[in-house]
Amino acid sequence: MRADATFIAVEVDDAAAADPELARRLTEACPVDIFAQTGDGGLDIVELNLDECVLCRLCLDAVESDPTHPVKVIKLYDDGAILA
Amino acid sequence: MSILIDADTTFIVQGITGREAVNLTRECLDYGVGAKVVGGVTPGRLGREVHGVPVFDTVAQAVAHNGAPIYGSVVTVPPAFTKDAVFEAIENGIELIVIVTERIPRRDVAEMVELATLRDARIIGPNCLGIIVPDVIKMGGIGGPAKNAAQAYTPGSIGVISRSGGMTTEMSSTLSAAGLGQSTAVSIGGDAIIGSTYAELMPLFEADEQTEGIVIYTEPGGRMEAELARWVTENRSRLPIVAFMAGRFMDEMPGMSFGHAGTIVEGKEDTASEKIARLAQAGITVAERIEDIPEMIRAKIVERAPA
Amino acid sequence: MRFFEYEAREIIKRAGIPVTDYGFTTDAAEAREIAQRIGGPTVIKSQVLTGGRMKAGGVKFADTPEEAEAHARDILALEINGHAPRGVLVDPRAEVEQEYYAGVVWDGTRKQPVMIFSPVGGIDIEQVAEEQPDKVGRRHFSNILPLSDFQAKEVVASTGVTGAALNRLVPIVKRLASLFVENDMILAEINPLGRLADGSFVALDAHMDIENEARGRHSRLLAELGVGEEETRQAREATPFELAGEQVDAMDHRGVAGNVTEFDGNLGLVIGAGGGSLTLFDAVRAHGGKPANYCEIGGNPSVAKACGLAKLVLQKPGVERIAVMMSIVSNTRVDIVARGVIKACLELGYDPAEKIAIFRIPGAWEEEGFKILERYGVDYADRSVSLNEAARRAVEKIEGAPV
Repeated sequence: MRADATFIAVEVDDAAAADPELARRLTEACPVDIFAQTGDGGLDIVELNLDECVLCRLCLDAVESDPTHPVKVIKLYDDGAILA
Repeated sequence: MSILIDADTTFIVQGITGREAVNLTRECLDYGVGAKVVGGVTPGRLGREVHGVPVFDTVAQAVAHNGAPIYGSVVTVPPAFTKDAVFEAIENGIELIVIVTERIPRRDVAEMVELATLRDARIIGPNCLGIIVPDVIKMGGIGGPAKNAAQAYTPGSIGVISRSGGMTTEMSSTLSAAGLGQSTAVSIGGDAIIGSTYAELMPLFEADEQTEGIVIYTEPGGRMEAELARWVTENRSRLPIVAFMAGRFMDEMPGMSFGHAGTIVEGKEDTASEKIARLAQAGITVAERIEDIPEMIRAKIVERAPA
Repeated sequence: MRFFEYEAREIIKRAGIPVTDYGFTTDAAEAREIAQRIGGPTVIKSQVLTGGRMKAGGVKFADTPEEAEAHARDILALEINGHAPRGVLVDPRAEVEQEYYAGVVWDGTRKQPVMIFSPVGGIDIEQVAEEQPDKVGRRHFSNILPLSDFQAKEVVASTGVTGAALNRLVPIVKRLASLFVENDMILAEINPLGRLADGSFVALDAHMDIENEARGRHSRLLAELGVGEEETRQAREATPFELAGEQVDAMDHRGVAGNVTEFDGNLGLVIGAGGGSLTLFDAVRAHGGKPANYCEIGGNPSVAKACGLAKLVLQKPGVERIAVMMSIVSNTRVDIVARGVIKACLELGYDPAEKIAIFRIPGAWEEEGFKILERYGVDYADRSVSLNEAARRAVEKIEGAPV
């Protein structure tokens, strides 16, 4: 049987994660609080909330202007398909 | 044709800036030919827009902006404010009000219904998902996003009336899969007192040429089915009816509430078995299983058809 | 929420309707003191929220304070239909010349409250209506126009009551109607309403039921009566399993995953929504299945909440498997519920493919949901499988399961 009980993973480029402005935008955008801002303004990913992801793409929209596409939402249950 | 609403129906959404109301507005705009949502009302939010729909502080402002009377309103405001919102709609000439809000005390509902009656307005709900005319228009959250609604509902000749919002879609989907489309489906709400009962909607379906049969979803609690049975008998309805009764197990558990607020067995008359007997006496077939409904209603329509 | 008789009498008293000089206590010795104060024969009445109190020995007559104490002691220890009494009411035994009935209820068809009056009281009003229909008067009244004495007068007069009795009954019936409306009651009943030798009237027993949805706007009255916010006063008290279900639902404000009712079967149900749950529960039973519980999912709950509910049901003693079934969803999401129930199995060390007898939730986000279910090998069905057929398949798996 499959024993992994995690459905969603989120990856953020290190450079982007250190940008307080981007961290703020992501924190505001996510309706289920997957992103949080640390004390120094950096980005924290709240592991506990990952599976609450509703695939709304709001985090992707929030970083749309960045050509490097620094945020990836990964559907672990779908062979690691990346939410476009 | 359809009952209650059609492609030209204009309506507003009261409480339009709430999370669920924003979704509901999107769904209505996207479905069928696209609903004419001519405004939204949330006090203090004048000047905003929700999916391109202008937001006003008052219903009067929305009517003035529209430049003509507005026919309907979907009310989705918290229970403590619903009565006032509905009074405001009625006093500004709205004729059809769909109340989505749950958990409204019945005294408030009764006051709204009485004022509506005095002003020749009609209330659907509370605690309902609204009305849908397949492929044309939906007013309320019924069927969900346009894509999902289109999957379950198809145009046709069956009128659907249901005390459960979700079961309106389940039953319509079953009918659609069997090739039986719907003229109009109405989620009437699950509370003890509602604006429009089965019997109160029957004359509309009766007058609708497209409708050839009626399918209803019903539950224990209340006297609404007895009222329908009486109406059908007294008015010698042309429309065959098939009913589905859920919650039969509740007969063994008087005083316990399940499902909707109005679903509770309080006396002998509101048990499932008593209701089934009453409906049967009036010539209404009560299906044991939802999947049997399409063939039952088809057979009854054929039976009634002039030779 | 129903009121105990001693609370209902207090509500009546506050509305200006005459009551006897009764006393309420939870202590037999105090019952004696109350009887002493009353001075004369008394009636000791069990305070329980169930019918058949008289038959069960919950109402006894006492001639002396000593006898009142002894009866109170017996009654306080007497469970009626599984209900332990809240206390006893010590009531003067009034010399009643005639018993009447006055009540107010909602008429869901007319959508108005209706006053009901009968000069035949002391017995069930439905029985009177059946046996002596001309002795039962009914009068609807408006929800928005002012309530006036004449309406009470009409209902009393319609039963043939006239003379001094009529004039004395009018304010009582009118006040009962007012208190019904003002307190958001769904039942307000005085039965019997006694006429004493001097022609005056007094309420001898009362039943009141306030609408749950309106409790919030009567918090002052409820606090003054000592009704706790946690008191639901359902037909039977909530079990620990049901209380745990309430906690799951209170985890967050997204959607509903609760309304849990305990049954004693072996098939756990994670079902929804309101109408779907009723339909599915019937279907499981129709196929010979034994549900371990009833519940409702709806309104798009969080993964955590769906998981919490599934865990609760999975951990219930005797549950072999769970069936996850709903009518077609348009707001609740298939993928979110799928994640929740699979997570619940895995976190408890079960194989979802084994523990989930069937997953039948078609509708919103079903493509994503079905991908998840496939990956974990869970047996699932789309909308082409009816609620009834899904229930049948679930029951079949339980019957075939190793004991």
